[in-house]
Amino acid sequence: MQIPADQLANLHRLAPEVVLCVFGILIMVVDPFMGAARQRVLAYLGLIGTLGALAAVKLVADDPGLAYSGLINSDTFSIFVHVVVIGAAALAILGSVNYLDDEGLQRGEYYALVLFATAGMGILAGANELVTAFVGLEMSSIATYILAGFRRRALASNEASLKYFILGSFATAFFLYGIAMVYGATGTTRVDSIAAFFQSTPPAGLAILGLALMFVGLGFKVVAAPFQIYGPDVYQGAPTPVTALLASAPKVAAFAVMIRIFYVAFGTAGDVWFWAIWISAVLTMCIGNFAALVQTNAKRMLAYSSIAHAGYILVAFAAGTDLGVAAILFYLAAYALMKVGAFLVLTHLGQTGEKRLEIKDYAGLGSKQPILAACFTLFLLSLLGLPATGGFLGKFFAFQAALDSRVVWLVVIAAINSVVGAYYYLRVIVAMYFWEPDKDYIPTAVAPALTVALTICAIGTLYLGILPARVLSLAKAAADSLSVR
Amino acid sequence: MQPHLLTVITFLPLLGVPALLLLRSEDHTWIRRIALAVSLAEFVISLFLVRGFVTANPHYQFEEIHNWIGSAIRYHMGVDGISLFLVILTTFLVPISILASWNDIHEKVKGFFIALLVIETAMIGVFVSLDLFLFFFFWELTLIPMYFLIGIWGHDRRIYAAVKFILYTMLGSILMLVAILWLYNVTGSFDFPEIQAKLHAGIVSLPSRTEMLLFCAFFLAFAIKVPLFPLHTWLPDAHTEAPTAGSVILAGVMLKLGTYGILRFCLPLFPDAAHRAAPVIAVLAIIGIVYGALVATIQTDLKRLVAYTSVSHLGFVVLGIFAFSAISIQGAVYQMLGHGISTGALFLGVGMLYDRRHTFEIKQFGGLATPMPVLMSFFLFACLSSLALPLLNGFVGEFLILIGVFQEHHAWASWAASGAVLSAIYLLWAYQRVALGEITVEKNRTLPDASPRERVILGSMAVVILFMGIASPLFTRRMEPSTNLLLEQVNSGRPQDVKLPAKSPVTKLAPVIETLPSTLPPANASLVKIEARRVQP
Repeated sequence: MQIPADQLANLHRLAPEVVLCVFGILIMVVDPFMGAARQRVLAYLGLIGTLGALAAVKLVADDPGLAYSGLINSDTFSIFVHVVVIGAAALAILGSVNYLDDEGLQRGEYYALVLFATAGMGILAGANELVTAFVGLEMSSIATYILAGFRRRALASNEASLKYFILGSFATAFFLYGIAMVYGATGTTRVDSIAAFFQSTPPAGLAILGLALMFVGLGFKVVAAPFQIYGPDVYQGAPTPVTALLASAPKVAAFAVMIRIFYVAFGTAGDVWFWAIWISAVLTMCIGNFAALVQTNAKRMLAYSSIAHAGYILVAFAAGTDLGVAAILFYLAAYALMKVGAFLVLTHLGQTGEKRLEIKDYAGLGSKQPILAACFTLFLLSLLGLPATGGFLGKFFAFQAALDSRVVWLVVIAAINSVVGAYYYLRVIVAMYFWEPDKDYIPTAVAPALTVALTICAIGTLYLGILPARVLSLAKAAADSLSVR
Repeated sequence: MQPHLLTVITFLPLLGVPALLLLRSEDHTWIRRIALAVSLAEFVISLFLVRGFVTANPHYQFEEIHNWIGSAIRYHMGVDGISLFLVILTTFLVPISILASWNDIHEKVKGFFIALLVIETAMIGVFVSLDLFLFFFFWELTLIPMYFLIGIWGHDRRIYAAVKFILYTMLGSILMLVAILWLYNVTGSFDFPEIQAKLHAGIVSLPSRTEMLLFCAFFLAFAIKVPLFPLHTWLPDAHTEAPTAGSVILAGVMLKLGTYGILRFCLPLFPDAAHRAAPVIAVLAIIGIVYGALVATIQTDLKRLVAYTSVSHLGFVVLGIFAFSAISIQGAVYQMLGHGISTGALFLGVGMLYDRRHTFEIKQFGGLATPMPVLMSFFLFACLSSLALPLLNGFVGEFLILIGVFQEHHAWASWAASGAVLSAIYLLWAYQRVALGEITVEKNRTLPDASPRERVILGSMAVVILFMGIASPLFTRRMEPSTNLLLEQVNSGRPQDVKLPAKSPVTKLAPVIETLPSTLPPANASLVKIEARRVQP
């Protein structure tokens, strides 16, 4: 049978998702044939799947363009987001292997779900059409709902899963309702067609309402205030490596689709959504940072910190220019590395049953496990935004983009917020280095797979902090491919 | 080596870090030796800067420019007369600090020396950076090692002090970052000389309100670091709780990062705003001088006393800068160096007392000159240098500042001079309570005098104190072209402020100036020139 050339091109541009799904299905198929002792093999199969998908991204990069009659746009922007999302998933898998062993949860479906979720996020990143975006959103969401509840016997995990599921369903429903309204107003659901439509008639009434509803759905996904309520509970309850994934990849993908909708489709309505983003950014930063101040649980503290970071990204979002897009993309890359790194450190430190997650449990870690503590310190300092780390440059470019669009007060609020943030990140460092070591704590060696993941995160964080030029130019190219304003 | 000398000097200490990491943690002897060797090599290499420095050239020398992040953010380094000796001060004080912590650091020795070396790199980086991004990079980098130095190896309330120190400084610097970004968006560059040129030539002009806001954002960061009253409250805690080496670095170099920043960035970038803000800042500086001195007088804790002298002495520096007189600015730069050495020496002396008695309470001392004549005479020497006794380093800076300020605003000078008197009171009174009289605490009778290591430390500090006191022209000659250029940049475009009252009190000063010790020819000469111009009408 001859496959038509255009069909081949379509498949070609969806290659990463295809690879991810194939490996996901493969894991499910092989799973029954693997005894309990050999479930680990599936983990590596999952890892190969993500690496294969990364290789497939290269394939897409050679020949970018529209696919499936414009439903998918595999432009440079989509490629950049793909790399970040799939990379985060690969790191999360590396961090999960030993965790699941320790918890007695080593099951093939875990990795299959991670791959399906990642495929959904990939579709989100490339979605050039709102219903396609919705499909991607649902695909990633449903997989992550299950993952959040993967520690079946832990109440917190069950609570996280249920909460995430119920609230998430509402959010996606809002999103879908928004799509319907936009369709009603413009007669199309394709991003570029909507943009073309608004060229002649500025968005009004129904379309704006649709945008607002879509913002509710996406705001939920990126954990922006006032839709952040579920965040800390879900992040805290979910198994820690899943939290690492949840805090990074879905956020990245959701921001990507948000950029397409707000910047491209509704690019002419910048004045309309600017204040919504502005207010949401301020709320997100303040709620995230001030709530994190009073946390005693490190995992929950990091959950609030990721809310705060969504706020910083929204600061760049408020810029509304391609400079803003580049800043967001760079920020997302740096953020994914440091956040996954930080949560993976907690994966190890939590020990079996996730029982050592209080900040006070890490007293004297600096002298007991100097390398792990140094790693954790690096991620915390990066989250804090100190120079020589990716987190600093992320903030730097975000502030620069916002200032370039004269969004001055938002930047000042963000700057002050990041000093507030310094306090709680430093508290962990204080515990690790300045407190007397806990005598009862016997450190365990970090598993090889986790070591690899942490090393990649640490080197990546430093690389983005010291030699950001390359990634920045990629982010700029990605932003240019969107043709914002 | 010449074209990359600054890179070598900046990053050499960092090279010591992997060397230290390779050593076993228990191998304290070699950790100390390697750290000392690296820092001594660093000091020697940094002296090449002085050798290669062209005295008459007011511009940046040893410049290095490479693209770093895109073409906007560049690796741009250079020194001029203002930063030259601050670099040398840093490279001098670090080996001294390492030597001073030879025996009093027992835990996590490796980490301690790594922190010292990293902080050296960061501080030198701040002094030589000519790109605002690079500057900010190093500026923030100084915080982390100092945070650990205070937090891990400090005294009882170290955690409180460390967190207070870092949060205070960050609050200031983050707003400076916003201002830097703003400047970039206006001028399209992070390169300091380029921005300055653009602003100067009027290619880019800042509305006066914007200029004021930007000035404030920069100034706040520096004023916290200096620290200027009322932003000084972190200082007594940080200085008191830090280990000796930390206090020496903090007082000796890190406070100068603030005054250096004001001189280097605040004044040339925002001259109008600086002139407008000068009266307010000068008043704060004077309050700082007097308040710092008064508070120091009543301290019962010797280290805290020394810490408060910094508030007072740095007030002089800020006052000297904002008097906008060639002499006072030169004095300010000199005072920065002088204060680094003399306060460093005081902290070293206090640290040695602490090693012996494990207390800073003045009450616990008394009559120490009897068991420890050598140590106490060095301590007296440091006190005298700090209270600006002629022929010692403190005098030159303070005197130049007072003269310069007096020319411009004699009221400011008279208030500030009271601080000079007070400094004699608190230092000599403290010395009297610690060293003179009968031995009040029996334990003190058997205290050992300075060991050979301590004699080396204190002796080299004393030599520098004396050298800077009598050979000041060697320093001022190299500073003067740069400070004059700076002043020219700050004053150009502004109406020259020559409307002094007809019976200018400055004229009365003329005979005094002519009888100045011959140690001050450059300043003297320029002063007389100004004098001549003023007396004419």
